[in-house]
Amino acid sequence: MSLKKFVLGVVGAAVLAAPFTTAAPAMAEDTLYLPKLVYRTGPFAPGGIPTANGAADYWAMINERDGGVGGARVIHEECEFGYNTDRGVECYERTKGNHNGALIYQPYSTGVTYALADRTRTDKIPLMTMGYGRADAGIGTAFPWVFPLMTNYWGQGTGIMKYIAKQEGGLDSVKDKTIALVYLDIAYGKESLPIFRTMSEKFGFKLKEYPVTFPGIEQKATWLQVRRARPDYIVMWGWGAMNASAIKEAANIRFDMSKFIGNWWAGAEQDTIPAGAAAEGYKSATFANAGFDYPVIKDIMKHVYKGDADAASEKNIGQVLYNRSVLTQVFIHAGILKAQEKFGVKAINGEQLRWGLENIKMDAAMNEKMGIGGMGPEISPTCADHVGGGGFFIQQWKDGKFEVVSDVLTPMDDLVLPAMQEAADKYLKDKGLEPVSCN
Amino acid sequence: MEDMMYELLFFLEVLFSGLLTGTLYSLVALGFVLIFKASGVFNFAQGAMMLFAALSLVGFQEMLGVHWTIAFVLTVALMVVVAWCIEKFVLGKLVNQEGIILFMATIGITFFLDGFGQTIWGSDIKTLDIGLPTGSIDLGGIFVDRLELVAGLTAAALVVSLAIFFNKTKIGRALRAVADDHQAAMSVGISLRTIWIIVWSVAGVVGLVAGIMWGSKLGVQFSLTLLALKALPVLMLGGFTSIPGAIIGGLIIGAGEKLAEIYIGPFVGGAIENWFAYMLAMAFLLVRPQGLFGEKIIERV
Repeated sequence: MSLKKFVLGVVGAAVLAAPFTTAAPAMAEDTLYLPKLVYRTGPFAPGGIPTANGAADYWAMINERDGGVGGARVIHEECEFGYNTDRGVECYERTKGNHNGALIYQPYSTGVTYALADRTRTDKIPLMTMGYGRADAGIGTAFPWVFPLMTNYWGQGTGIMKYIAKQEGGLDSVKDKTIALVYLDIAYGKESLPIFRTMSEKFGFKLKEYPVTFPGIEQKATWLQVRRARPDYIVMWGWGAMNASAIKEAANIRFDMSKFIGNWWAGAEQDTIPAGAAAEGYKSATFANAGFDYPVIKDIMKHVYKGDADAASEKNIGQVLYNRSVLTQVFIHAGILKAQEKFGVKAINGEQLRWGLENIKMDAAMNEKMGIGGMGPEISPTCADHVGGGGFFIQQWKDGKFEVVSDVLTPMDDLVLPAMQEAADKYLKDKGLEPVSCN
Repeated sequence: MEDMMYELLFFLEVLFSGLLTGTLYSLVALGFVLIFKASGVFNFAQGAMMLFAALSLVGFQEMLGVHWTIAFVLTVALMVVVAWCIEKFVLGKLVNQEGIILFMATIGITFFLDGFGQTIWGSDIKTLDIGLPTGSIDLGGIFVDRLELVAGLTAAALVVSLAIFFNKTKIGRALRAVADDHQAAMSVGISLRTIWIIVWSVAGVVGLVAGIMWGSKLGVQFSLTLLALKALPVLMLGGFTSIPGAIIGGLIIGAGEKLAEIYIGPFVGGAIENWFAYMLAMAFLLVRPQGLFGEKIIERV
C-alpha cells in the first residue's frame, strides 16, 4: 500500500460519486461485450479479487497486443455483486443488453450459477462455470448454455482418490485406511458427500465426515474430532476464510500436511500465506498451474504492466486463482475465434459463441498457440459433452509457492458419468424440459 | 481402562480448548459491553470496528514499514479519531433519542466502516504477524493452542484493567452516571461528548486487541466482522452491562458449543455449534432475562 494509494483511497471514499458515469461510445466498430460479475468486496473478496484481476488483465492485454479478437475490440466491464446471489442476478439483468448484448457470463459463484441457469437458457447467453457450479451441467443436451469445461466436483473427488491410491500403492491398499472429509456445511461443500460415500463403499476405506459451520472461522471442535479419529488422509472441500483456519488447525494437531489435500477451491495463496509456516507441505488440487513461466502471463506482464513487477504482483499475477481466471478467458477467446471463423462475422453473438465453445479443440498444439502450454488441461468439448475431458493436478505448498507434484489426474468416469446423466435427467424432468438435439 | 483414560483426556482437551476459544469470543463481546454500559447503545458496528482496526494495523505496517508497536499506536490514534467522528457526526445529533434509533445509527456506521476500511486498505486477505506464538503445546496428551493461551491471558488482563478503570477512576464513574441517565449526568456537569468519545475509543482499542488475536489466527479479512455473531450469545448469556459477564459468558458458550458439537453433533449430522450457542443463551434467558450478571432494570411508572 503506497502513500499515494492511501490518499487516493481516502479521497475516493469521501467523494460519493456515482460509479456509472461513462456512456456507451457510438458504435461504429465491431466489438465483443464481455461483462464480468465480480466480488472485490465482502467476505469472499480474497478469492474474488484475483479472479477479477486475471480476467480484466487478460482482455486488456488482448486489446493492447492484438487490437481485440479477430479484429473486434473487447469491451470488458465489471459489475460488483459482493458474492450476493440477488445482486449477481441484478447485475446480469442490468448488463445483458449493453453493447449489442452480452456474449457470456462467468460469475465465480455456485449460487449465481444456479440462479442464472434458467435465465441464460431463455436469453441464449452461455454461462461459463469452469471448475464450479452444477455437477450435472456437463451434460450439454440438458444444459446447452452452461459450460463447466472441466471435470466437476464428483470428477475431482475421484481424481483425488486416484492420487491417494497411488501414494498407497494402488486402490487395493486404501481398504483399511481412514479418510476424513472436512467440508463447508453449505450446498457447495455437501456436493462432495455422495461421491465419497460411493467410493467408500466401493473401495472399502473408512469415511469420516466433518461438516464445518459456515463461514468456518472457528473450527476447533472439528479438529479435535479429526485428531481423535486419526485419519490417514484428510480431504477438504473448503472456500474462503475456512481454508486458512483449517490449515492452521491441522498443523496444531500435528497432522502430516503432505496427507492433507484440499480441492481446487482450497488451494490458493490466499489460503496458505495467512496460515504462515503451518501451511508448509499442504496439498491441493489445481487445474491451472501457478507461476510466471507461461507466454500468456509474460504477455500480460509486458503489455498491461509494462514490466513493472511490483504493480503486477499487487494484482496477484502468477497466483493460482489469477492464472485460473486467465485460463478461463483463453478458452472463451478460443471459442470466439472458432465462432468468428464459422460464421464469418467479427461481432459474434451469444448463440454463435455457444457453437464456438462446443467446437474448440484445446489440444497441446492449440494450448501452445494460445500461450497456455503446460498451464492447464487439454479439452475438446462437444454439443453433448460440455466437459470435454481434461484433467487436473495435485500441487504442494513449498517454500512460499505452489509446485505441481502429480501427473495429470483424470476422473473415474465409470462412477461419475452415470451419476451426472441421472442428475441431468432429473433436472429435465423436474423442469418439464426436453433435451436439445445434438445431431 | 486405557480407553477410558483416553476418553477422559479427550474430554478435558475439548473442555479446555472450548474455554480458551470462549475467551476469544469474550474479547469481541467486551467491546459491545463497554458501549452498552456507558451509553445504552447496542453497538452493531463492533465487528466492523474490529475489522477496521486490524486492517489499519496491518495497513500502517505495510505502508510505513514500521514495527508493529508503532503501527499499534497509530491505529489507537486512528480509533480515537473514528470515535470522535462518530460522536460528532452521528451520536451527538441523537442525544436523548430512543435506544432503537441509536442502534439503527450504529448499523449505518457498520456499513460505512466496512466500506471505508476496504476502500482505503483493500479487501485482500492480509497476514498479521506480530510474533504471537503459533502451534500447540503437548500437556501429557492434551494439545493446547499457544495463540489461544495468549488470548486468554490478554482477555484476563483487559478485564482487570477495565474493571479498575470503571470502578476506581473519576472518568469511570462518570461513564456509569451517563449510562444511567443522559440528562441527569449532564445536569451535574458531566460532558456527554467527552464521555462518549472516551468510551467509543476504548471500545475501538478493545476491538483492535480482538482483531489482533483473530487476525493472527485467520489473517485479516472481511470475515472477521462475522465474529460479532459469535459474541451475541455471549452477551445474551453474560448480560449486556457486565464485564465479568462477558468473560464468564464467553467461557460457558465456548465450552458449551464445543462439547455439544463433539458429543451431540454426531447424532444430528454435525455442524451444530453455531445454533447451539444461541440455544444455550436462550435457555439462560428463560431463567434470567437480564443475563447472568446483567442489571435488572425496574422502571416505575
